[in-house]
Amino acid sequence: MSTDMQAKQPIMTARNVDVFYGKKQAIDNVSLDIPENQITALIGPSGCGKSTFLRCFNRMNDTIQICRVKGDIQFAGQDIYDPKVDVVALRSRIGMVFQKANPFPKSIFDNVAYGPRIHSLSESKDHLEDIVITSLKRAGLYDEVSDRLDEPGTSLSGGQQQRLCIARAIAVDPQIILMDEPCSALDPIATAIIEELMDSMKEKYTIVIVTHSMQQAARVSQQTAFFHLGELVESGDTEAIFTNPEQERTQNYISGRIG
Amino acid sequence: MPDYLLTTSPQMAKRHARHTRFQWYGRIAIGISISFMLLMFTAIFFRGIGAFQKTMVAVDVQFTESQIDPSGARDATSLKQANYKPILLQGLQQVIPGATERRDRNNLYKILSNGAAFDLGERVANNPDLIGTSERVWVAASSEVDLYVKGKIDPEEIPEELRRLKDQDIAWVEILRASGQIKKKFNTAFFTSGDSRNPEMAGILSAALGSFFSLLICFLIAFPLGILTAVYLEEYAKKSRLTDIIEVNINNLAAVPSIVFGLLGLAIFLNFFNLPRSTPLVGGMVLALMTLPTIIIASRSILRSVPQATRDAALGLGASKTQTTFHHVVPLAMPGMLTGTILGMARALGETAPLLMIGMVAFIVDVPKGVTDVATALPVQIFLWADSPEKGFVELTSAAIMVLLTFLILMNIFAVYLRKKLERRW
Amino acid sequence: MSEEHIVSSFDEDMTQLRNLFLEMGRIVTSQLQAATRALRKEDRVLAKQVIAGDKELNTLESELNDLAIKILALRQPFATDLRNVVGTLKSAGHFERMGDLARNIAQRTNTITKAEAETGSIETLVRMSDQVQVMTNSIITAYERLDEELAEEVRALDETVDRLHNSLFREMLTYMMEDPRNISGCMHVMFMAKNIERMGDNAADIATEIIYMTTGKWPEESRIKKDKTSRIIVEPDA
Repeated sequence: MSTDMQAKQPIMTARNVDVFYGKKQAIDNVSLDIPENQITALIGPSGCGKSTFLRCFNRMNDTIQICRVKGDIQFAGQDIYDPKVDVVALRSRIGMVFQKANPFPKSIFDNVAYGPRIHSLSESKDHLEDIVITSLKRAGLYDEVSDRLDEPGTSLSGGQQQRLCIARAIAVDPQIILMDEPCSALDPIATAIIEELMDSMKEKYTIVIVTHSMQQAARVSQQTAFFHLGELVESGDTEAIFTNPEQERTQNYISGRIG
Repeated sequence: MPDYLLTTSPQMAKRHARHTRFQWYGRIAIGISISFMLLMFTAIFFRGIGAFQKTMVAVDVQFTESQIDPSGARDATSLKQANYKPILLQGLQQVIPGATERRDRNNLYKILSNGAAFDLGERVANNPDLIGTSERVWVAASSEVDLYVKGKIDPEEIPEELRRLKDQDIAWVEILRASGQIKKKFNTAFFTSGDSRNPEMAGILSAALGSFFSLLICFLIAFPLGILTAVYLEEYAKKSRLTDIIEVNINNLAAVPSIVFGLLGLAIFLNFFNLPRSTPLVGGMVLALMTLPTIIIASRSILRSVPQATRDAALGLGASKTQTTFHHVVPLAMPGMLTGTILGMARALGETAPLLMIGMVAFIVDVPKGVTDVATALPVQIFLWADSPEKGFVELTSAAIMVLLTFLILMNIFAVYLRKKLERRW
Repeated sequence: MSEEHIVSSFDEDMTQLRNLFLEMGRIVTSQLQAATRALRKEDRVLAKQVIAGDKELNTLESELNDLAIKILALRQPFATDLRNVVGTLKSAGHFERMGDLARNIAQRTNTITKAEAETGSIETLVRMSDQVQVMTNSIITAYERLDEELAEEVRALDETVDRLHNSLFREMLTYMMEDPRNISGCMHVMFMAKNIERMGDNAADIATEIIYMTTGKWPEESRIKKDKTSRIIVEPDA
């Protein structure tokens, strides 16, 4: 399996990335490739910078005034921090799902339709409806809400809300979906549903997930990257990382040792 | 069961006692506040309730053409200005035949309000077909009669020399009352006419409309400006020394005494820009300046309370900053911002000092029809009436206060209703 | 692996697992030693003790099995912890088999001593047993120290055992052809030799597990199996 994948170009590459919050350095010289149509997991203890690094990929760090990003991050061969790049367009190609599900206080339909509407992705009302239904189906939520698309998105359960957010992200037809601890507020069954969803999604999309659960990273990802104190300690095939990691720090973290 | 669950140690007893004491402090404090408030409302109510009734006199008049419109031209202006005094006097003399002397006739006529004749003139001008008919018309009684009928003047207590209403006048009034020609009716004039020298003719309409137009101008200027400023400062402006200074200044402006804004209005709007003095336009502009800091501060606080997660969700989908702000943040913040605006305007409704500075202190009889008509405002009207020496204005002042308070309470209730209705969408 | 787990009960479980394994190793070593001495001294009492002693080994293996499953289910170990648990589990199985083989040797000792059967020289057998004892002691040390080099040596030592087995095979065949009255005794000796040879194989397998536990990689070349007895034919003289 791996040799086939390695032959393809990675869809996203990061080289020598540094991120600063004011004077404090949060990410130190990190380089990582994100292979296409795979799930890459970023793991590490709290405060190690994995969420910060994730947010570099869709330039969400731009919204934080004191945050500075240095280095070379390329998406499909193009530097995403180039001043000529339109951030709004970038974020329609790279979607994001957050830790706590945050549906808009609108109807389920309007939640999913918002993205296509602002990017003018649909040509007609029927087309928009198609997009919404397809996205809900791909997110595994349609069967549960098909009869109540007009109800507010906030009336769903936690797991359903998170799937709604996934549907919302899918609706703009991105290539990459970034997930920042998407299951940390969910119960094990809801988590399992989303993990299964991720597995089927990777055929069409590339997924990068930040998780503080090593078991989840082990279950869902093909590539795992371990962060510690802002550094990328080790990255590689998930199977290798969890059976025989090369770095002692990685070994200590994943076996629950004080390193 | 363990012992500590059933018995109370001395320390626990002290804690419980402190808790109970504190609750009682709270209740007593609330009780005192409410009683003061009830006292104030009751006092105002009983002082002012009388103003909602007006003593009216029924007079059988003949609209003789020769008296009213000798030329037969039916010209509205001349109809209004015709002399209706003889007609009215005739009607009164039918009931009180003894008043034939000139002095008696004048005194008899003084039972009626000065505006009675004017009132008749209006009626005939609006309906010229009345000419040639005879009818029983109800006209306003004079202020002294009004006060006497309402029981506010006791002839037993005050000697005749010190009264305006002489014993003979009183006797005539009693005759009219016995024949059912003097009655207390609902005082519609209070709500339909402007100010007047005569308390019985005075109404709050001009003041109310003046207040309304001023508040309208205030809202139209302060609301969009305030909201957009708050949105810019909170969502767009990069935090820097400059924004800090701006924030401090806005906070200070909210505490500036309102009369200073009046001075500003006087100096700039009236003297520099030569805008018409004493109009709701200028009044509204001054009130807008005064309300703006409150709206900005309240709106910023509401905007800050919109969770960052909503913005992140929109931005993550590729919405631009403007789309995020106006599709998501502002609608979520709007209930709170509207509430803050309404509360700010309720305060502006009761402001007197700045309006005095820009000249809305005049005696306004005509009802203003637009924002550039000269007008006064409710709090100013209250101030003027309170200042007047005539006894009849006492109950009018309290009545006007009641009207003002009613508007304030209604605005506050509206603000609460709005917030409750729009809030559930969160 | 010198650092401790943050959750100390995890450490306790792993220590318990290790202790059970080492205990099994100690018993296997002493069983083999006793069986060999019983054979040399023709001591039936000792042989009977060895036979009885195997039960303890089975109990230990069962206990270790349960503990390993428990650790896998409750702790979800990764990396070295995972390899350690799985490796120990498999190696315990090998120890248990070695114990069975030692018991079988003791049983046969009992049989031939009772029957006073002729066996010829048992020197080679004793030498094989000594070699396997060396291997067993070494793998216990290699496990304790996670020493993959020592484990590699153990794997190489199996070659010696195999060669000794080959020569003993010929010896026995020759002896049996000399005098048919020797056949019973020699057959038992052959089986005992086979048991010891298989004990050597099991010990080498444990060594392989230890190498995987330590390095995370399976040794590439498979063990050199020098056991050629499957191909030995001895022609009668004349």
